[in-house]
Amino acid sequence: MHPGIIFFLVILGSVLFHIFTPWYWTDIASNWGGMDDTITLTFWVGGGVFVAVCLFMTYCVFKFSYKENRKAEYKPEDKKLEKILTWATTLGVIALLAPGLIIWNQYVTVPKNALEVDVMAWQWGWQYRLPGKDGKLGTTQVININDENPFGINLDDPYGKDDVMIQSDAINLENNRPVKILLRSVDVLHNWYVPQFRAKMDAVPGVVTFYWFEPNKTGEYEVLCAEYCGVGHYAMRGSVLVQNEQDYATWLGEQETFSDLIAKQQDLVIGDTKLAQK
Amino acid sequence: MSDEYDNNKTYQAQSSETMGGSAPASPDMDYVRPAEIPDQELYHGHSFITKWVFCQDAKVIGVQYFLTAVFTGVVGLILSWLMRLQLGFPGAAGFMTAEHYYQFVTMHGMIMVVYFLTALFLGGFGNYLIPLMVGARDMVFPYVNMISFWMFFIAVAVLMASFFVPGGPTGAGWTLYPPQTILPGTPGAGMGILLMLVSLSLFVIGFTMGGLNYLITILQARTRGMTLMRMPLTVWGIFTATVLAMLAFPALLVSAIMMTLDKILGTSFFMPTIIQAGEVLDYGGGSPILFQHLFWFFGHPEVYIVALPAFGIVSDLISVHSRKNIFGYRMMVWAIVGIGALSFFVWAHHMYVSGMNPWFGFFFATTTLIIAVPTAMKVYNWILTLWRGNIRLNTVMLWCLGFIVTFVNGGITGIFLGNVSVDVPLSDTYFVIAHFHMVMGIAPLMVIMGAVYHWFPLVSGKFLDEKLGKWHFWFTFLGAYSIYFPMHYLGFIGVPRRYFEMYDSPYMTSAVGMNEFISMAAFIVGAAQFILIYNIIKTLKVGKKAGHNPWKANSLEWLTSTVPPEHGNFGERLPVVHRWPYDFSVPGAKEDYITQTTPPSEVVHTEVEKT
Repeated sequence: MHPGIIFFLVILGSVLFHIFTPWYWTDIASNWGGMDDTITLTFWVGGGVFVAVCLFMTYCVFKFSYKENRKAEYKPEDKKLEKILTWATTLGVIALLAPGLIIWNQYVTVPKNALEVDVMAWQWGWQYRLPGKDGKLGTTQVININDENPFGINLDDPYGKDDVMIQSDAINLENNRPVKILLRSVDVLHNWYVPQFRAKMDAVPGVVTFYWFEPNKTGEYEVLCAEYCGVGHYAMRGSVLVQNEQDYATWLGEQETFSDLIAKQQDLVIGDTKLAQK
Repeated sequence: MSDEYDNNKTYQAQSSETMGGSAPASPDMDYVRPAEIPDQELYHGHSFITKWVFCQDAKVIGVQYFLTAVFTGVVGLILSWLMRLQLGFPGAAGFMTAEHYYQFVTMHGMIMVVYFLTALFLGGFGNYLIPLMVGARDMVFPYVNMISFWMFFIAVAVLMASFFVPGGPTGAGWTLYPPQTILPGTPGAGMGILLMLVSLSLFVIGFTMGGLNYLITILQARTRGMTLMRMPLTVWGIFTATVLAMLAFPALLVSAIMMTLDKILGTSFFMPTIIQAGEVLDYGGGSPILFQHLFWFFGHPEVYIVALPAFGIVSDLISVHSRKNIFGYRMMVWAIVGIGALSFFVWAHHMYVSGMNPWFGFFFATTTLIIAVPTAMKVYNWILTLWRGNIRLNTVMLWCLGFIVTFVNGGITGIFLGNVSVDVPLSDTYFVIAHFHMVMGIAPLMVIMGAVYHWFPLVSGKFLDEKLGKWHFWFTFLGAYSIYFPMHYLGFIGVPRRYFEMYDSPYMTSAVGMNEFISMAAFIVGAAQFILIYNIIKTLKVGKKAGHNPWKANSLEWLTSTVPPEHGNFGERLPVVHRWPYDFSVPGAKEDYITQTTPPSEVVHTEVEKT
């Protein structure tokens, strides 16, 4: 078989695979549809270039395969053609870069009304903290972390007392309300990633990183760790339940705050002392 | 400069212009500047040890580099089989624990990028081809060149030793991101990582010796008439890649040293305050992201350290086997240099979601997409070289065509990942794996294979078997394409990379079949590489004799006094160069090629546009 035929079939197969693939992105459940759109645009432009270049190559292979008595063309340069190709490529690149940068600008600009969620990661698990009635999260420090203070909240920070603590890898979010994910890690790199939300960012020990999104579809989603974090990386999962306003409010009301936790522990201590006195 | 040397020698060298016996028709027409320095004196080895083991001949050193790199490549290949076995058929190998899986992932990555591809292109092809192509007798510092190989050899030995130490090799991922790299949650965080860091440091030291040799040989030891703009693109590619290596590897070396100090002495370059298993560790104040900047300041140019020699080599192969000059030579040279320069301003596109200041994203996305322009120009020029050529569809050309398809495919997916906000959903997924394997794994491998089939007749004096070569190509190309093309779509689903097992994640259930298919293809592609080894053994025994310049090429490596070339390469007189190496199918010429050493007076009726 002429090799050109096989190359042609490879190109054709790639295009058909892309059209008929049963494997494509998961249904989006956040505001980042623009990312999907830019990917689609890049597919059209990039895919077009790929097909054009490869078909041209295949054509040459058919048309100009070796013949003893033919002589190849002698043409070292073609300034005009090279100029046209350079400018056409530059324009194509700008067309792809522009939407990419516009969406990135949205990605790094967090809306003012976003709910802050402290996502704390360790080898290998997650837990979450939400601001209490004051709407602010208390500051934290890694060295404060112990059984009585699982999030390492600074005890002298008044904002911290009413923080809602979710000591579980599952969290609930309110539908159609922007969330600012504040990531921190107590040991190594992690990354809180839900494929349906499209967004992600590494959690880095020593600093607090962030990203935001707005869930727009109720339902339960799996959280995956997307930055290699040691031998338990693949098992470091969690879950998110996106609920409507009412269900979310009910769920939030049932959660424990930091002061609840302190009170409970004091009760325990008092109970222990009484027991000892008896 | 020149008055340091004996005048007699200068005159003697000058007279060599009249080499070949045919006196020039017009002295002006064939003018080549006189030699400024006398011919190089070489140390000739006499014993087996000095000829083949501690050898100072760049050609032998090139082959030594090549064989050692291929050995590491086979180890990397076997590791990839084991990984694919786990991913396609979880639990099929009883011994496969998560620890082992991550160790295999790490070693596969590091071996293939550094010890296989880099060593093969620069150490292997660089050593063999640079002196031959620029018309030198050897590298300028043959002794340092010999040490360079043996440093590399020790580096490989140290790396392989890590398989046998307590705890096994490091399983930190080839990027070695701290803090996990040196903490107990990662396999091989004791001896394994230390040996890896030592091995990398040795590699950089050895490689610096080799690199200085390549650069100075190209800049100072070119033969008369070999101007920079008459060098084959292979030399341009290797030259620029070596400049990148000289500037990028120090970043790797310092990060390896700093991490070693963090590990052994408990410094905190990369280590912040950490609680592990309820205990506060003795670290504080370091920055894990600093390591990532250092690593990728090395790591991104590293991609081009592999890619630029491949660009250069494939340009020469396409030109020779299309019987046509490379289209837009000057553009090709400036594209190589431009890509090389730009490659130092794009490193943080590996770090869009690393937690660095997100405003960097704008800068690095822009620089990254700018690099697409010179890269695209190179692709256009390759296919325009085929246009109206006289294309020999031999094994060498097939590998080149396979390179164009896989490189364009991988280049386009690079535009996805470089475009910062598109990278957000795709980073750390299988899309990334598919992208970089296509663009810097398979594409350069296609060039390596093409180069092996092309230059084997020079190295051994015999042709590799064409029929076996074609089977080797089709298995490799179709197999590798069917591994990595579908893999992009796993990334779209959202499957993260570096997962030992997916359990029953809702995204994954639909892709079980695809994973099995990819694994099967990987087993076949890997096995197909043994066709080449069989072909080489068979050819060495009973292969067809090639003789002088069997491909009718123009460049100097084919114009040696003997085939295979002996130590000193060019016999008594060094060649004198009169033209660029791409004068194929020149109108008015009798043959369809004019070698670089042919003076204008011998081809007077030709209409040469560029010399």
